[in-house]
Amino acid sequence: MSKQPATAASDPYITVIGLEVHVQLQTQTKLFCGCSTRFGSPPNTQVCPTCLGLPGSLPVMNRLAFDLAVRAALALNCKIAPFTKWDRKNYFYPDLPKGYQISQYDLPFSSDGHLEVIDPKGAFSRKVDIIRVHLEEDAGKSMHDEAAGTADTRIDLNRAGTPLCEIVSQPDLRSPQEARGWLNELKLLLVYLGVSDCNMQEGSLRVDANVNLHIPLPGEGGAEGRIAKTPIVEIKNMNSFRSVERALIYEAARQWEEWQATKVEMGKMPKQTRGWDDPAGITRPQRQKEESSDYRYFPEPDLVPVTVSDAEIATARAAMGDPPTVLRAALAEKWKISAYDADVLVNQGRDLVAWYEDLATRVGEGKVASNWMQQDVLRTLNERGGTIAEFPVTPEQVADIIGRVQKGDFDTSRGREIFAEVLTSGKAVADVVASMGIAAVSDDDLVALCQELLAANPKIVADVKGGKEQAAAGLIGQAKKKNPNANPGKVRQMCLDLIKALP
Amino acid sequence: MALTRQDVAKVGLLARLALSGDDVDRMTGELSKIVGFVSQLEELDTNNVAPLAHPLDTQNVFRADEPKPSLTTAEALQSAPRHDGSCFLVPAVLGESGAA
Ligand SMILES: [Zn+2]
Repeated sequence: MSKQPATAASDPYITVIGLEVHVQLQTQTKLFCGCSTRFGSPPNTQVCPTCLGLPGSLPVMNRLAFDLAVRAALALNCKIAPFTKWDRKNYFYPDLPKGYQISQYDLPFSSDGHLEVIDPKGAFSRKVDIIRVHLEEDAGKSMHDEAAGTADTRIDLNRAGTPLCEIVSQPDLRSPQEARGWLNELKLLLVYLGVSDCNMQEGSLRVDANVNLHIPLPGEGGAEGRIAKTPIVEIKNMNSFRSVERALIYEAARQWEEWQATKVEMGKMPKQTRGWDDPAGITRPQRQKEESSDYRYFPEPDLVPVTVSDAEIATARAAMGDPPTVLRAALAEKWKISAYDADVLVNQGRDLVAWYEDLATRVGEGKVASNWMQQDVLRTLNERGGTIAEFPVTPEQVADIIGRVQKGDFDTSRGREIFAEVLTSGKAVADVVASMGIAAVSDDDLVALCQELLAANPKIVADVKGGKEQAAAGLIGQAKKKNPNANPGKVRQMCLDLIKALP
Repeated sequence: MALTRQDVAKVGLLARLALSGDDVDRMTGELSKIVGFVSQLEELDTNNVAPLAHPLDTQNVFRADEPKPSLTTAEALQSAPRHDGSCFLVPAVLGESGAA
């Protein structure tokens, strides 16, 4: 494992973070019944006897859910167990109709993986071990409207039985920034592989974080020093990766304050659960479910075990597609772009990479295409919102503009204006070029323009002649005024050539 | 194997059953008999028997990811003690929900 100092050198402690992530698998139907998993339907319209836990109903495992879970585990470099089974996790809560959740206890379908995150700007690089990945069902949703002052909680069971992958990491992360970066990488990976849409607003990805501090204490009287560990706190209720980072920053500082005041170490008090209050920017203690640690797991008698052969694992691996790490390297290599550029493109998703490759193929130069992607396409996309599939300008059109710039019809900044006009007007590139009065300046016109400039600027001509080539810059501004379509590079070169030819 | 009154009281709490002192006494005896009956199995030598995850000798039972009709909301709610026509109603619960 790559252990490097990631906590700021000025901090008198190391922040130790482990994450527990639940992702909703991209299936049409629930884990054990044929009810739809669509988000946002009216309450209790996607329920049946099985997911309501009615007597006499029986669960049957969704093949796609299991396959997607295996794909996620393989992408996280986990070992797939040849034999796996499900267990009942018993607890009472109104959104859990059966009185137990079907989950996995001692024989999860996968374990012992890792996922590495490398910050493209070099701020950190961390390989995080995965303890286990297992497949379980989600609970329903309870809604309590405190403002309405009613005494009732309303229960919607549409979500009950939705397939979830639970991913549990080792406490290998060493800063809130790393935790956020790692979650971004995890999300990117799962979206790339079609495992989950990882939409946090819709609850398709949920994160709990365990955090404590390791504080080096100096030894006294020649004795060796030791590391004091603060009690572990589990943080819940974080609705974005930004919230995860903020909650961890807050919690580390809070534990440091508490440590200085109390000197209480891990093991001296039970693990605490705290909820993140985003508007207030603080964590607050949460009431624990009574006896919540006693789930009395036992094997689920209504489901039979699942076995997975090496051949099936090989098939799943082959069908998986390239993960982002492989794609970044392949893109940088194929199109001769920097690792940073490849990272920016890959992080936008598979569709955008396809769009870029289409553009790069048409332009024939990966670097030029990448510059246009980042400075024009991506910037505009971020401003407008939406996906690349909905983007109104095509790779063909951008390639057309780049081609005209490369031919010398106009310069890049003029090309940008044309791009903006094509974007807003929806017109063809040729029409925009015509309507903006941009016609290619002929060589004869260029010579005439430059001769006019030289005649009007004897001082600049003398300076250039005397060896100060940079003086020619003064001519370019004037050329733009006389003919806005004149290519500055061409004007400069033509003027230098003409001056050199002077006696 | 005998159960203690504390064991029975704890199981009662976990099952959300309000047990009186008499209930606990009676069940400590009754449940101990059941556990005692099952514990006869411990007399068997199982050293060379592989652990069993399921009594059926069947594995890999799956269904395809194909939607089936759900119940109507009215059907789903019909046996609920209380509902408001779209949701089940229960006494106020505060705190965390969702899969743990
Ligand atoms: Zn159902």
